[in-house]
Amino acid sequence: MERLHSIFVAPFADMVAAPDFFLQVVWEGLVSGVLYALIALGFVLIFKSSRIFNFAQGIMVVFAALTLVGLHERGVPALLAVPLTLVVMFFLAVAIERVVLRPLVNQPDIILFMATIGVTLFLIGLGETIFGGENKVMITSELGIPTGSWIMEPFGGFVSIEQKDVTAVVGAVLLVIALLVFLNKSKMGRAIRALGDDHQAALSVGISLSTIWVIVWFISGIIALATGIVWGARAGVSFALEVIALKALPVLMLGGLESVTGAIVGGLAIGVLEKVFEIYWGQPLLGGNTEAWFAYVLALLVLLVRPQGLFGEKIIERV
Amino acid sequence: MFYRVAGQYKTSYQADYALFPVKQDAWLLALVLIVAFVVFPLTASDFMFRALLIPVLIYALAALGLNILTGYAGQLSLGTGAFMGVGAYACYKIVTIFPELNIIVAIALSGFFSAAVGVAFGLPSLRIKGFYLAIATLAAQFFLVWLFQKWGWLYNYNASGAIQVPNTQMFGITVTGARASAMSQYFVVLSVVCIVTFLAINVTRGRIGRTWKAVRDMDIAAELVGINLMKAKLSAFFVSSYIVGIAGALFVFLWRGAAEADLFDIQLSFRVLFIAIIGGLGSILGNYLGALLIVALPVIIGTVPAMFGLPISSAMVEHLNTMIIGALIIGFLIVEPHGLARFWAVIREKLIIWPFPH
Repeated sequence: MERLHSIFVAPFADMVAAPDFFLQVVWEGLVSGVLYALIALGFVLIFKSSRIFNFAQGIMVVFAALTLVGLHERGVPALLAVPLTLVVMFFLAVAIERVVLRPLVNQPDIILFMATIGVTLFLIGLGETIFGGENKVMITSELGIPTGSWIMEPFGGFVSIEQKDVTAVVGAVLLVIALLVFLNKSKMGRAIRALGDDHQAALSVGISLSTIWVIVWFISGIIALATGIVWGARAGVSFALEVIALKALPVLMLGGLESVTGAIVGGLAIGVLEKVFEIYWGQPLLGGNTEAWFAYVLALLVLLVRPQGLFGEKIIERV
Repeated sequence: MFYRVAGQYKTSYQADYALFPVKQDAWLLALVLIVAFVVFPLTASDFMFRALLIPVLIYALAALGLNILTGYAGQLSLGTGAFMGVGAYACYKIVTIFPELNIIVAIALSGFFSAAVGVAFGLPSLRIKGFYLAIATLAAQFFLVWLFQKWGWLYNYNASGAIQVPNTQMFGITVTGARASAMSQYFVVLSVVCIVTFLAINVTRGRIGRTWKAVRDMDIAAELVGINLMKAKLSAFFVSSYIVGIAGALFVFLWRGAAEADLFDIQLSFRVLFIAIIGGLGSILGNYLGALLIVALPVIIGTVPAMFGLPISSAMVEHLNTMIIGALIIGFLIVEPHGLARFWAVIREKLIIWPFPH
């Protein structure tokens, strides 16, 4: 009885008793959810256009952030370092298309998946060789991102909101809007969606596979840089980011592999729920650190009900 | 010339279905076994056993387990590391609760625990397919590693949170713990690996193996010809996790000597998956070739700069290593997506018709 009470009643009582703290927790979860959603967006874009399950998205985030910080350390002004990093990400996209993807066209999914893990290892090695393996500080203030925090007082309580988090959320929203406009309105975006719908048909009307792949990987690179800056500002730039990027997998599964909306909703939902679960159930009852697995188990449970995820395309099987 | 099959007539179906329809294959295997059982123990140093031979065998065994699930039954798994952990922790509990039990028996029993956990996390495979299934095994991966850290009973409430392998003896020889010699450990690992491999070859050749392959190639079609999907998928999870669990127990007891929960993280899962894919999905031989490449290569690369007297720091060597492995994986996938086992099959074909071109 006591046990049931501590599971089903006490956490909710805590939430109601301290609504300001609850709001703070939700806000924290929302911000990490935005980051999960950003990483997941990079995945979705590549999966939609090429059916490649791009494991390297996580390391691309680290690599972009490292390049930015590394360039700044070598004396490049911050605002010049951003476009330079984008140039690097563009060449990375070209190199991946040329060296890895082009020879592997038409191979089974798992081979391409493995190839992206190969890319991940290569980039980890390359990043460590060039920039060293130690933690770095993101050049937040140099980029003009405010670092203070606002204090709000709802319900007579106290909620602190970091300005860089607000910047992150606003930036992410703008990025998503730009991406949706690009995908739905521009000619290139239409070509990308056509390629995702039917490879053969898209090729037959003259859409260039290799150009689209380079563009898609480059866009993922841009998203990676944005994610890298935002996350780096919160937690520093290190290869530990790569593990956090694995969180994008349950986000994707929850939202559905093909859906941009799914990536965003899934990201926010997982971000908030895992934080709330950790604070109100994980730490008092399970010994903490439940964030390590909560997202995966949640995604698994959702998949058991909807095998294609919340917003995924219905899987139709024919023999 | 050396691989000529002309003149080897089969007069019965049994002979045609035999394990070695071509005599030279049997001779080659015998040669490999002689090298493994006689030549290595006579010549290899302790470093060679500990850094090369034992890990190659253990990783190959883990990859074999994964290969049965992914290569034969077509169910992608990213949780191999955690299932190895279940085997290792189960073995540790068995050994500490029943200290007088033979270590081989303890290892064989621990496999059943990982098999049970594997079947539990395999249940979603009845409903979820492909990459979506990877999430089920990922859930297993992260949840189990968390459990290894938080559930004190598993490591007997050690202050360090790590499991320490006790000294155990077999036929009067110490085989595990700090006092065991590398050679005795090598023999135990080699024997276990040989037995499991022999069983695995026969399971995959038999009725169960064929149902797995049918499910892998197209599960709906397999269902239509009367294969019970649930039985096929869950039996694949069972056998696979059993072998992976044994590999995990060997991993800790006969190689590492101690283990923390972090040892069984997702990197380990990926390494085993690499071995299975580089070696060749759906092949037994491939696991050994893949393990040789993935495990032995870093050791060899690590010794090269020292050989030429190049002043490279060990951290740098590690970074370069990661990079080279990544490049190699991509390279091998491009050259031969079906893995090293297919490579060997091509060479064998060439040898059979040699010196003629066709």
